[in-house]
Parts: sequence; structure tokens; C-alpha cells
Amino acid sequence: MTVQELPGAAAYRPTPPPAWKPITDPAPLLPDPEPYRVLGTDAVADVDPELLLRLHAELVRGRRYNAQATALTKQGRLAVYPSSTGQEACEIAAALVLEERDWLFPSYRDTLAAVARGLDPVEALTLLRGDRHTGYDPREHRIAPLCTPLATQLPHAVGLAHAARLKGDDVVALAMVGDGGTSEGDFHEALNFAAVWKAPVVFFVQNNGFAISVPLAKQTAAPSLAHKAVGYGMPGRLVDGNDAAAVHQVLSEAVARARRGEGPTLVEAVTYRMEAHTNADDATRYRVDSEVEAWKAHDPVRLLERELTGRGLLDDEGLEQAKEAAERMAAALRDRMNADPELAPMDLFTHVYAEQTSQLREQAAALRAELDAEQDHDEQDAEAGR
Amino acid sequence: MTTAAVTADGRRTKAKPATMAQALGRALRDSMAEDPTVHVLGEDVGTLGGVFRITDGLAKEFGDDRCTDTPLAEAGILGAAVGMAMYGLRPVVEMQFDAFAYPAFEQLMSHVAKMRNRTGGAMPLPITVRVPYGGGIGGVEHHSDSSEAYYMATPGLHVVTPATVDDAYGLLRESIASDDPVIFLEPKRLYWSKADWSPEAPAPVEPIGRAVVRRSGRSATLITYGPSLPVCLEAAEAAVAEGWELEVVDLRSLVPFDDETVVASVRRTGRAVVVHESPGFGGPGGEIAARITERCFHHLEAPVLRVAGFDIPYPPPMLERHHLPGVDRVLDAVARLQWEADS
Repeated sequence: MTVQELPGAAAYRPTPPPAWKPITDPAPLLPDPEPYRVLGTDAVADVDPELLLRLHAELVRGRRYNAQATALTKQGRLAVYPSSTGQEACEIAAALVLEERDWLFPSYRDTLAAVARGLDPVEALTLLRGDRHTGYDPREHRIAPLCTPLATQLPHAVGLAHAARLKGDDVVALAMVGDGGTSEGDFHEALNFAAVWKAPVVFFVQNNGFAISVPLAKQTAAPSLAHKAVGYGMPGRLVDGNDAAAVHQVLSEAVARARRGEGPTLVEAVTYRMEAHTNADDATRYRVDSEVEAWKAHDPVRLLERELTGRGLLDDEGLEQAKEAAERMAAALRDRMNADPELAPMDLFTHVYAEQTSQLREQAAALRAELDAEQDHDEQDAEAGR
Repeated sequence: MTTAAVTADGRRTKAKPATMAQALGRALRDSMAEDPTVHVLGEDVGTLGGVFRITDGLAKEFGDDRCTDTPLAEAGILGAAVGMAMYGLRPVVEMQFDAFAYPAFEQLMSHVAKMRNRTGGAMPLPITVRVPYGGGIGGVEHHSDSSEAYYMATPGLHVVTPATVDDAYGLLRESIASDDPVIFLEPKRLYWSKADWSPEAPAPVEPIGRAVVRRSGRSATLITYGPSLPVCLEAAEAAVAEGWELEVVDLRSLVPFDDETVVASVRRTGRAVVVHESPGFGGPGGEIAARITERCFHHLEAPVLRVAGFDIPYPPPMLERHHLPGVDRVLDAVARLQWEADS
């Protein structure tokens, strides 16, 4: 910036206030203008073919998982399912870059990342089925509960990573959020805390174009979501979210950076949600077919298949094997989800406090009496042959 | 007056006058010394020692990592505390003033209160949130709210408030040791109240969830907590001249609520007034009055009355004396308890 030169202006030239100096050079923090890509570029030569094959198998399985879970909503087995079809490269990469000791903080759309990290596919769906809020022990799997409020899991990731570092543990937290979530106050506070504390966290934004129906242009005026990083003093990275190899690489570098004690990174993956927000919404009201078609041509599974088959790393037999493995997973999921879950009404009172309050003990006794009366009634009906 | 106290190992120590603020600070210190997983975090808690100086000296003694000055962001502070607790620490969060805690409400309602429940008991959150609350110190706007009803209405939280120096120490120790989240409400206008107290031999404390009868009487029961306890004790003293023996129950814990102690007292006296300074409509007094009515109806000689703050946003400091329930309002209510069905 230059000060406009006017006659005699030198005498009034503003000087910086005494305490001011730039804290850091913003240039290295800024993302590249174009999303980083690996597939179909020279960079792919450096990627281990085994990793590409693993990513492919997981993508195929993930695509099938999304389809199966969506089908389960139509059968009434799930109350709702926010599909991540089209975003599988992000989901899978997020799961695979973490070590066992690391923590994943998923949002409600990230069931697939939790499954790819090794969570039982049925346990991952209990929230959406409606029998439990979190069907797994977060500590056992090092996966925080799927978070439905937007961006509120991000400060948790920061606190956990900070605590791990204070304890001397070599643990990284990867926190997932959508483009809409970046507008929330908790997003801002989490990034700020993480940067100030140099917490070993990776913030992973899946920019899938829409927050339910609101497009990115109405969400932010920033050049990109990755650009937001510079304001917090952390690097922002922009990646093609449909390029599994690229997402894996960028997230791996961010995780490694965090593990080295160099602090958090904000990664924005540019991707697209091929389905509606959930089965409850109508995507034709807010987006046009031509856009969907363009993204279909950039589908994460096809991008990787083109690379692998083009280089002779995957043949028809390999493709068939991946497909069969996915079908087996889907069949098992279908079978297990078609069994009614066992519900224990008295559990309503079990985990509110470590010890039930006298108020809860009274209410539990009242429900117990209701249940007993119901049972007596049913038995009498059965005896009477009704 | 100083009295002798005896420590656990039999040493005699002098109890000296201490303020509630000092006892709170000592509780933090002792908890941190005893348990390395206890961490204090908040705005200004480090170098400054907190705006009320409760955390004075902690950063020096335990280091910045255990007593941490955070960025100024209440949701972020509490959200980070959630993550810290998920990893096995016991965070103690300081919210600077009652009304400044509101940005953290989503973290509190959606996560802190529910995490144990959401995870089927797998992930309890032992977080203590210290909130200085209430008026009477001449604070300007947003510095004097009584926010207890919001917390009380959220299952999964314990809501605790001390009214004495002994309880300030003991209840805070218990809150920090609790495996459940505790909203620890500190009555600002009692920060500088004094009592004989010995840090080496603190008085034994009733656990969270028990109310205590601070003064016995047979004419009526005053049910109160936190900043209104001294008001009620003063009213009880003044009532003697009228020939009334007022019993004063200090709740100490709003959640869990000690029905037993309250009910026993009201059944003895047959008359009850609930006293608090937070607004009466939708306030704690309504819940307490309903509970008493449900359990003591046939023992009551008069309707349960409430003496509360007005249903207004907290007033400017020069008017707050008109808002805060004082001794006269309590005595007026007690007079109305001499109730006859026909009147």
C-alpha cells in the first residue's frame, strides 16, 4: 500500500503505532489458488501403488455403504441418513491417515470415515436408527461421537489434542466439518485456540457446495475456506476432494506437521454432495442438473479407477473383487440392520449422572411401575386369548 | 474471634478470619496439588489471578499449562475443556461473570450436560464451571445476572452454590472431584464475607446434594441458597422480636435437590417461604414451591410463598437495592404466612 503523495504530505506521513509489528509472514500460510491434485498428474508417480489400491477398495466399499444406508432409510430402518456419496475420497482419506492412537472428530455426515477407521458399520448407525445416541465407546475407537450441532466438535478436538500434548502423548486429532460449519462461531474459536496453543489438530473442511440448500457464495465472501487459515496464523491447504490420493497426501502432511509439534493446519477439500442433504430434502429445488453432471464426470471412484486401470494396476478381476467385497459388507449390514434392536426403557435413567439423583430414582420407580403394569396387562391379554 | 481447629494428623491450628474468595482459591490450589489432572483455564486466570483474584498464585505455583490464560472466547474455553476431559483431565473453567457465560451455552447444553448420556456412560466429563453470579456489588450491565434457572433446567448438570466460607472450600473440592459436570455458582457479593477458617483443618462438608439447616425454628421455614442466605439469617434474627422462630434451610445444591431436608423442615413448621434474587417467574422458587406443595400439602398452614427478584433484566447498579430481596420483604412474606382461609 502506498500513501498518496500530496504537496507537504511528508510532514503528516503516518507512522506505525509503537507496539505494532506483523506477528508472522502471511505468505507461507496462504493456500495455492488451485486445489492440489495428484491423479492424472506427474505427482502420482510418487504414490505407492499399494496405497492407491487400498484407497480404491475402500472407496468402492464406502460408495456401497452410502447406497445401502440410503436404502435402509427407505425401508424405515434408519430415521435419516446424510449420505456422503461423492465425498468418499475425503471420508476414506481422513480415516486412513490417522494412527491408531490418534482421534477422529466426525460430524453427522461422516459415518463413513468412522467405519473406514474400523468402527462396526452397525454401531456407527445407531444414532440414525434411533436406538442410541452413540453406539460405541469413543475411547475404545478413538472416535468422538458423531456430532450433530455444527462445528461444536472442533473445540473438543483442540482440547483433546492439547491435553494429549500436555501429557506427553504423541496424538493428533483430526476434526471434520462441512462448508456451512465454517460460518459457526465454534469454528472460529477452535481455530484460534488451536493456533495459539499450537495444538496438534488438523481441521478438515469438506466443502461440498451446499449447507443444506445454501450455496457457498451465500456462506462466505472469502476467496476460499482454506484462506481463512491465515487469519489464525496457521497454514491453509486447498485440495481436490475427489482425488483420493491428493486428499490422503495433503492430510498426511498436515498430520505429520501436527505430530512434529508445528501446530494445526486447515485443509479445505473441494468436493460435491451428489445426493440431497438427507433423504428428507429435495435437492432439485436448489441446484441444476448440469452442475451435477459435471461433478459426475469427476467422480472420486472413477478418477481412481481410471488411474489404476490406465496404469495396469487394476484389471477387470480386481474391479470385480472390490465390488464383491463391498456387496458382502452391504449384505451383512442389511441383515444386521433388519433385526430389531433391543431397547431397555430403564436405561433412560442410567447414564444421566454417575449416581442417580433422588429425583431420577423417583422417576425411574414410576416408569418401572408403568412397565410392570403394561406387562401384567399383556399377560392377561395372552391368557384371555386376545 | 479465633478458634482452635485440629488437623487430620492431630496438630492444633489457629482458625483465622478468611474470605470466601480466599477459601475458593485455596480449594483450587489444594485440588491441583492433590491431583495432577486438575487444570484451571479461563480468561485472565493466569498472570492477573482472575478478576476476583480467586486463581491468584496458581499459574506461579503450577505453571501456565495447569493454570492457563486462554483467548477470550467462552464457547472455546468450555469446548476445549470438553476435549481435555475426554482425554482424562479434570478441567476447572472460570467464566468471568454470569452473563459472559452465555456464549458457552451451546457447549454446555449440547455437550457438557449430555456426553455421559450420549455415550451410554462411556465418556463422563468431570468439568467444573465456576460462574460468579448475582448482584449487590454495584456491577454495571451484564455483571449481575442470576442464571441458575437456566442451568437447573438442563439435565446432566449438577448446580451447586455455596453460601459460607466452609462450603466455598468444601463444595468446590467436591465439585472438582465429581465425575460429573458441575456448575459452581459463586455468589459475588459474598466473595468478601469472612468467617473463621483454617486451611489446614477445613470443616467437614456435607456432600453435594444435601441441604443444611442453618438455623432452627418452629414458626416457618425460609428456603434459600447462595447470596440470599445472609438475608434470611438476618430476617430470622429480626423475626425473634415478632415472636417468630424461623428455620433457615440453605440448599447448597439446586441439582440434585434435597427434597428430604426441605420436606422434613416444612412438615415441622407448616409454613414456607422460598427466597432468591433471580427473577421469580420461571425461577427456582416456582419449582421448589411446587415440590413442597406436592409433598407437604396436608402439613401446610398457608400457601408456599416466594420472595424473588423482580421479573426484569437486572437493573442499573443505582437501583439494584430496590430489586434485591432484602430482610423487609422476607419478613413481609412471613407475616403473610399467618394466613386464614377466609381472608
